[in-house]
Amino acid sequence: MKRKLHELAHARAGDKGDTLTLALFAYRDEDYELLRRQVTAQAVKRHLAHIVQGDVRRFEVPNLHALQFVCERALDTGVTTSLGLDPHGKTLSYALLEMVIEA
Amino acid sequence: MILASQGELDYLALECLAERTIALAQLRKLADPAAGFDPLLEARMRALLPLAVRHGFRIVTNMGAANPLSGGRRIISLARGLGLRIKVAVLSGDDVLSLLEPSMRTIEARGAPLSEYGQLVSANAYFGAEEILPALATDAQVVITGRVADPSLFVAPIAHSFKWQLNDWPRLGRATAIGHLLECAGQVTGGYFAEPGLKDVPNLAQLGFPWCDVDAEGNGVLGKVAGTGGAITLRTAKEQLLYEVTDPGGYITPDVVADFSSVRLSETAPDRVTVSGAGGRARTSTYKVSVGYRAGFVGEGEISYAGAKAVERARLGGEIVRERLRDDITVIRIDVIGVDSAHRGDFGHPQPPYEVRLRVAARTPTRELAERVGAEVEALWINGPAGGGGVRRFAQERIGVVSLLLERSRVRPRVTLLEEDRETQAA
Repeated sequence: MKRKLHELAHARAGDKGDTLTLALFAYRDEDYELLRRQVTAQAVKRHLAHIVQGDVRRFEVPNLHALQFVCERALDTGVTTSLGLDPHGKTLSYALLEMVIEA
Repeated sequence: MILASQGELDYLALECLAERTIALAQLRKLADPAAGFDPLLEARMRALLPLAVRHGFRIVTNMGAANPLSGGRRIISLARGLGLRIKVAVLSGDDVLSLLEPSMRTIEARGAPLSEYGQLVSANAYFGAEEILPALATDAQVVITGRVADPSLFVAPIAHSFKWQLNDWPRLGRATAIGHLLECAGQVTGGYFAEPGLKDVPNLAQLGFPWCDVDAEGNGVLGKVAGTGGAITLRTAKEQLLYEVTDPGGYITPDVVADFSSVRLSETAPDRVTVSGAGGRARTSTYKVSVGYRAGFVGEGEISYAGAKAVERARLGGEIVRERLRDDITVIRIDVIGVDSAHRGDFGHPQPPYEVRLRVAARTPTRELAERVGAEVEALWINGPAGGGGVRRFAQERIGVVSLLLERSRVRPRVTLLEEDRETQAA
């Protein structure tokens, strides 16, 4: 069954210059493995291709049942010079949660 | 205020600097040499100083921004006005603008040299616990700094209290995890977390701020004052722990390279989360330096459209403005707020909104051109699509921020102890 990440996980965006961080947390510990298998760096890069110009790296943090995505060149040159309405990319946590996976 | 009066605190840290705040403060200092500290300093200190004296806690803050000495002097005069005799320790020396050279390479993605950026207006090294500790070694009630790493505002008082060695990497790593959890205050007590239905947080309007009870090993218990709003849960703590972290296994601060991937969080009681297990490795030999530069201007204009064909009329308005500015402006962005301004699309789930707001923003070399962007949006009132209204326009100079690394040995931190009638060099 196809499900939005929003049903399974919560997320928080952060920023460092032109780099966006997206932390993804399974609501239920047992769903972490599902996220780990399907929400790969490549899948996130594909999902956010119109936003993230650079690479996406993924860190696994099993202690927290979390995945951390570090997205380069994602904030329209950076927080201080972006032309965007949300220069920090704070709303992008919910862009990640729009991703659809098989669950 | 509730935390300050009922938290039974030993130390209260106020973290008040974002990446470009110091650059903006530096511009204020250029206009007025006595300015450049946090504009909220007076209001905060007026409220907190009497509580600090009454309850016996010390305040550690980076509200000094671009001018910590001037900020410290202002606190002394505020205290005098409140009838309080206190001392203030000022950490300065983080301003390293005079050490920069055009050939220095930034650590941003391309590693471009500083010479490729606009006129430099500020450069501040991120100090850490080592630089704050001599200030804590005085009997000052308040320690005020310029740029310091956010978690170090917490690591320093912890290291001071337990007399840690500054090469005790695992303990410093654990204290850094705690500092990182606390540095955004209400963001760990349920602020910036709520989503009605799925992630409810009680009484957000009266959001309580966090405290942490830390032991000599650097493990701690997060909590908040009973009766305040918000919530501290495993989930709020997890979100905050990874916030802005670009490598969970190697979080670099001036104090340590902390490992958050081994952190253990557990909810031991309502609104109580224990934090332990972070690791730490030797710190780097350099300071990170945040450099502010003049990045031109940005002009913006917004106008609303509602009802039938609102999105189409907004898009038409955007194209009209683009064409009218075409000869003078190359870097322009057109958003329809309500459709694509935040996520730049809708991930294939289009839902036509009843009303939208056209937003046009452009980067320009001069203020005059920046003003024209909003003026052209305003002109849509008369010369654009039907039914546009509610124009707002902005034009602002932008200060960009890039970073570089500087050897520690090139920088001279200083601590000055301020009293009512004298100033002495403490370190």
